[in-house]
Amino acid sequence: MSHPAHAMTHGDAMHPPVKAEFGSGVYTEKLGMWVFLLSEVMFFTALIGSYLILRFSRPDAWPAGGPQEVLNIPVTAVNTFLLICSSVTMVKAYAAAADGKLNLLPLWLLATTLIGATFVGVQAYEYTELVTHGFGPSSGLFGSTFYTMTGFHGFHVSMGVICMAYVTLRAFRGKYSATDHRGVEVIGLYWHFVDLVWIILFTIVYLI
Amino acid sequence: MAEASTTTHSHPRYFLIWFYLAALTAIEIWVAQIGSWSRMFVILTLVFLAVWKALLVALYFMHLKYEGRQIKLMVVAPLPLAVILILAVLQEFR
Repeated sequence: MSHPAHAMTHGDAMHPPVKAEFGSGVYTEKLGMWVFLLSEVMFFTALIGSYLILRFSRPDAWPAGGPQEVLNIPVTAVNTFLLICSSVTMVKAYAAAADGKLNLLPLWLLATTLIGATFVGVQAYEYTELVTHGFGPSSGLFGSTFYTMTGFHGFHVSMGVICMAYVTLRAFRGKYSATDHRGVEVIGLYWHFVDLVWIILFTIVYLI
Repeated sequence: MAEASTTTHSHPRYFLIWFYLAALTAIEIWVAQIGSWSRMFVILTLVFLAVWKALLVALYFMHLKYEGRQIKLMVVAPLPLAVILILAVLQEFR
């Protein structure tokens, strides 16, 4: 006896099998990362939105001359430059993988990991200096919003460095090829997003 | 098994993008220190420069420029919501 579902599965002249849709046209891990990053957009929008509202509704809670009076802009500018450099090394790692230059791949990834770790180190130094000079998370609205926003971003960078170290290790072990380097591209998307968020945070928190 | 992004396009000039990003960052720091411009003009200029830099990262480093239409739409979708969220709540504090 022929079961209807069975007939549907294999198809016949009257009922050809349904073609699979291509969907977004990207592989699952990449689609998953994009969806995750979009949720991160809303997460950081909530933080940035809260900051802007507090900043403009309570200007008296910030230094009269702007955040520059308290924050160390030159050090943070160097840190911003470091993160931009790490984005370049990351994208060069991706390009090396895509072009089949697998000897260069782990080196670019290692550079990205080290620069990312340096960013976190400089941020820790910045926090230490600020707290030493009396500007901590409990220093009013400015202090609490500053440490919340930069702290969450620093946490994201730290997680990125850990994941990047894992991907770098896999690259040194030859786990990626010119045709399959999904791990490199997915961590790259995350890393560039973290860089993008910092670009916005640097302007809003440090310069405005 | 899915293959990872077998890119058919040639790579963008990544070091040129890096130079733009570094230069724009330097301009931002310079603009932030200008005392003769009105406060609002400085803020708008800084936001414009930040958005420019963010677009460079998204389009060229995240390769959004070379993605398909569906991914582009997916990425753009939350942005109006983000703007609405901020503008709507800001109205409460006018």
